[in-house]
Order: sequence, then structure tokens, then C-alpha cells
Amino acid sequence: MFGFFAFEVIGLNMLASVHWSPIQFIRQLPWLALEPPKSQYGISPFVPMAEGGWWLLAGFLLTASVILWWTRMYTRAVALGLGTHTAWAFGAAIWLYLVLGFIRPLLMGYWSEAVPFGIFPHLDWTAAFSLRYGNLFYNLFHMLSIAFLYGSALLFAMHGATILSVGRYGGEREVEQVLYRGTAAERAALFWRSTMGFNATMESIHRWAWWFAVLCPLTGGIDILLTGTVVDNWYLWAVQHGVAPSYPHVFPPVVDPAATGASQWEALFFCSRLLRSSC
Amino acid sequence: MGSLILLFTAAAVVLLTTAMLFTAGWSHPPVHGVQSGYRGLALDQLSTPASERLVKLANILPDPIDKASPDGDKATSVYKNIKVLDDLSIDQFNRVMLGLAAWVAPKDQSCSYCHSVENMADDSLYTKRVARVMLKMTRHINKEWQPHVGAVGVTCYTCHRGQPVPTNIWFMAAPAGAGGFATNNDGLGHPTAINRSTGLSADPFSGYLDVEGVAGARVQATHALPVGYGATIQQTEKTYSLMVSVSTSLGVNCTFCHNSRAFGQWPESAPQRVTAWHGIQMTRDLNVHFLEPLQSEWPANRLGTIGDGPKVFCATCHQGAPKPLLGVSLAKDWPELGGSDAH
Repeated sequence: MFGFFAFEVIGLNMLASVHWSPIQFIRQLPWLALEPPKSQYGISPFVPMAEGGWWLLAGFLLTASVILWWTRMYTRAVALGLGTHTAWAFGAAIWLYLVLGFIRPLLMGYWSEAVPFGIFPHLDWTAAFSLRYGNLFYNLFHMLSIAFLYGSALLFAMHGATILSVGRYGGEREVEQVLYRGTAAERAALFWRSTMGFNATMESIHRWAWWFAVLCPLTGGIDILLTGTVVDNWYLWAVQHGVAPSYPHVFPPVVDPAATGASQWEALFFCSRLLRSSC
Repeated sequence: MGSLILLFTAAAVVLLTTAMLFTAGWSHPPVHGVQSGYRGLALDQLSTPASERLVKLANILPDPIDKASPDGDKATSVYKNIKVLDDLSIDQFNRVMLGLAAWVAPKDQSCSYCHSVENMADDSLYTKRVARVMLKMTRHINKEWQPHVGAVGVTCYTCHRGQPVPTNIWFMAAPAGAGGFATNNDGLGHPTAINRSTGLSADPFSGYLDVEGVAGARVQATHALPVGYGATIQQTEKTYSLMVSVSTSLGVNCTFCHNSRAFGQWPESAPQRVTAWHGIQMTRDLNVHFLEPLQSEWPANRLGTIGDGPKVFCATCHQGAPKPLLGVSLAKDWPELGGSDAH
């Protein structure tokens, strides 16, 4: 129910942003947004609905929905006698979600730091966030997060490809076969042992995959949490700490024209004009 | 059942792929890249045969007009009510009028677009009063904005290209959305030509290109560690949108001026960034001192949706080229307009 209401709040505000036109709603859907409150409201919970109040409400509803979903995942796993690792992996994703939309804005003191709802708007936010804080690529935890993200993608693709390749022996029943000899799963395990390494077992490769997947949002959350709170410009930080390499300069020296008063170009033009006329 | 699902999926994939190919802004290969900075930094400029063709088409030069001698009687000795071009000879003055008729006035109206033909000295038409300010502005650009326009300079044609109103002008954006209780999103979340189909601010110019003395565009922190709260994400998105419009206006990538690994750092940037910085200052100067004071002159059909007059931005002159008219200087032949011969 919470999830449904969050979806409705976001969707109806998007529809309102195109003057309730269903055609424009479809056309512009990827661009449509529900933006967080402006910086003037700081971290106040009381924000006019049109100025970001709807974003707060949608965020509350979505968070409630996600946390209740997590609780159900955990309690069902316990009740069915399963491990709770699925719930904890989901928890890692919720950590990143909460850092982006709640914990970091709280630490910064501004809701306006949070991510908007919307397909392109949240990507625009990502680009702007990296630009504002001096290039996230120089953020060590961002590097880790990307390594785990691409690593997960690679590991999961390899896993999927292996299961597919033993499909003719019923490899898709991996979970049932995992403990038994002579199954498709055993063939797959043997293949990995021969190609990935001799200590790769059915259990170890799934632990690797779990940690890769979980560490992606875990380190990603730390990356976002440190940005703006502890480090304000990651490029400058990386230069200070010898992380960012320096490249040979191929352009003539460029100086900030606002800092010098007159730029080298202004000086150049001024001189050439002096030479050519009596002004 | 399975094959039915497969069929539907295949049909959906084909339809979506076709839709994608014919809707989004795809570039037809080959993409031509020219490296401008040190290797490995992605400092290069990209173009395709189609984009090069379009830029060439958009930058066709006007027919030249025979030069006029600055000697002889001044125009003021035979024409009345001359307020801007009072330093020109009769021949020079007439030459400027020919230029205006060729570059700005609609073909079927010519002189009568600005002048009452019974009395050429009459100021009753708003177009004549605006033209005066525009002539003053052209001379001002060529004289005071050398750091931006350099020896290339500008003439009326740089912006007008044979049209009474230049193609690329901007007005303040009307508030988006239904208003009232619904979210206003501060103008974000709508694709336009200005923000180049992103969800960024659709009007990055208001409060920046129409006022002087605001800092605004510099959003990156200047220290590694925080010293107080800097620019907001929303200000950053506005700068981002402004820079997107600069890039579109000039038909260049971000890396024409910036090293994308450190956008804000001047020592990492290309020299063009300094020229562009002066361009932004120039645009502000022109809007504040020439375009905005004309507010009371504009008839209703020249106003924007919320009633403001037309204003300039990079594309007004550049029209998709790194240098307007691909760097061909018309101004050098136009000392009457303050072109390079004049000083």
C-alpha cells in the first residue's frame, strides 16, 4: 500500500507538471520529475507541497514500503528455515537508498541535496552531483563501488552463461542439485574449477558473488556519505594525496580571467591595439 | 503459450528498436574525431559528415557590398535626425543602409521596414528606434569586446542572417506545470532545445545572462575539504544546462574548453575557455545595456510568454559554429560598424 501510494504521488505530480495532458505525460515521461525541496527549506519537515512537500511525502511512503518489504523478507526467511542473506543483501541496497535520500541530506542540513524522483532527472542529479563535488571518479569508495558493480555484472554474466551451458542436463535446477554428484550443477562446478581456479567450489563462488553484489551499494553508500560532508572536491583531494596523475600541458598556460583581472588575451589585444593606433 | 510470449517479445523488441532508431538524436557514422589535448584525456572534437554539412549550410556568406569612401561630406550634412552614424560620410552612411536592407529587413519591405517613406527622418516606427540601439551595440561589441570577438568582429549579419529577428534568442521560461498544490519542480524535468533534451533547467539564462555582477556559474568547490556550504545541486544543474547551451550554440563538445576530469580548473583548461568566459561577460553586458532597455519598444508579437523582450545568448551569433560564420570576418570590410579597420 505504501509503495502504491508513493507511486501515485510521484506519478500524479508528474502528470500535473505537464498540465494533466496524458499525451505529454507519455511523451515526456522519461524526463518528468518530482524534485526535492529547494535549499531555502534546509532540513525542515514542513515544506509547502508545491515546493517539495510531495517529494518528502513520496520519500516517506517509499521508505516505509521498502523497510516493511525488508522485514517481510527477513521474517519469511526465518520462518521457512532459510538463511537471511537475501534480506541482508537487500539491506545493503536500502543503505545506499537511505544515504542518498535521507542520511546525507540530514548531515548536510539540506533536503535539496537529495535525489529527485524521475528517470532522467535522477541521472541529471548524478552528473550534477559529480560536477559539484569535483569528479566522483577520484573518490576512492566510488572506485571500489564501480569495481564491485562491474565485477558483479561480470561474475553474474559468467554464472548465467555457465548455467545456460548446462541447460541440456537440467542445470536450471541448480539449487536442488547443488549438493549432489553427477548432476548438471556438478558439471558446471567442475568447469569453473578448471577455468576459474582449483579452489572454486559451489559454495565459494556464490559467496564471492554475494559479497561483490553487497559491497557495491555498501561502498557506494560510503562514497556518497563522504561527499560534501568530509570532502568537497574529490579532484583536489586526489591531487593532494597523489591519486590524480598529472599530464603534460600542451596548451599555453591558461589563467582564470576573473582572478587576474585582465586575462592574457585581454593584455594581448590591448597591446596590439596600442601598437596599431594612438589610443 | 511459450512461443506466443516469444513472438510478442520479438515484436516488442523490433518495434522499440525501430522507434528508437527514428526518434532519438542519432549521429550517422562516420564520426570524425580531432584530438586537441594530451592523449588519453578525451580532449577531442567530434563531427559527422551530416553535422559538417549543416554547419556549412548555416554559415553561407552574404553578397559583399561595394566599399565606400570615408571622405567627402558627412551624412549629417544632408540627412536629418542622425544620432548614431553621425561620424560617417554620405557614401558610408548609404552603404550601412544598404547593409541593413540586405541583412535585416524583410525582402518585401526593405527601407520601409524601419523608415516611413514619406519622411525618412521620422522616428515613428519602433524598428528604427531599435535599429539605432543595435547599431550602437554592434560598434560597442567591435570596440569594447575585443577579448571575445577579436579581429573577426561582428556585423548585423552575424546574428540576423537576412531575418528581422535572429533565429536564436531567448525569453524567460513560463512557470511549468499545473500550479497550485502540485509540485513546481523549479522548472526542471522538461526536455527543450535549450537544455538539449535533458531534464535540466529549461531556462538557464534568467538571473545569469540578464544581470551583471552575479557569480553563479562556478559551482565546484575550490578546496579539497569543505569550508562552509557551497553551491547547491540545483545551482549546479543550472550551470550544467547553461554549459550545454554553450556547447550546442558553438557546435562543440565540452572538451573544446574544459578538461573533463576537472571542469573548474583553469590550468587544466584549453585557451578557448578564456575566450568563452569573455563571451559570457559580453552577453550579460549586451542584455543589460542594450536589449533590456528596449523593453518598452517591443510590440506584443516580439515578446516572450511572460512578456519580456528578446535577449541574446551564445547561439544568437554563433549559430552552431565555434566561430560565427566559421571565422570569416565580415567586420574587417565594415569600418562603418566599428570593424577592425576602424581602430
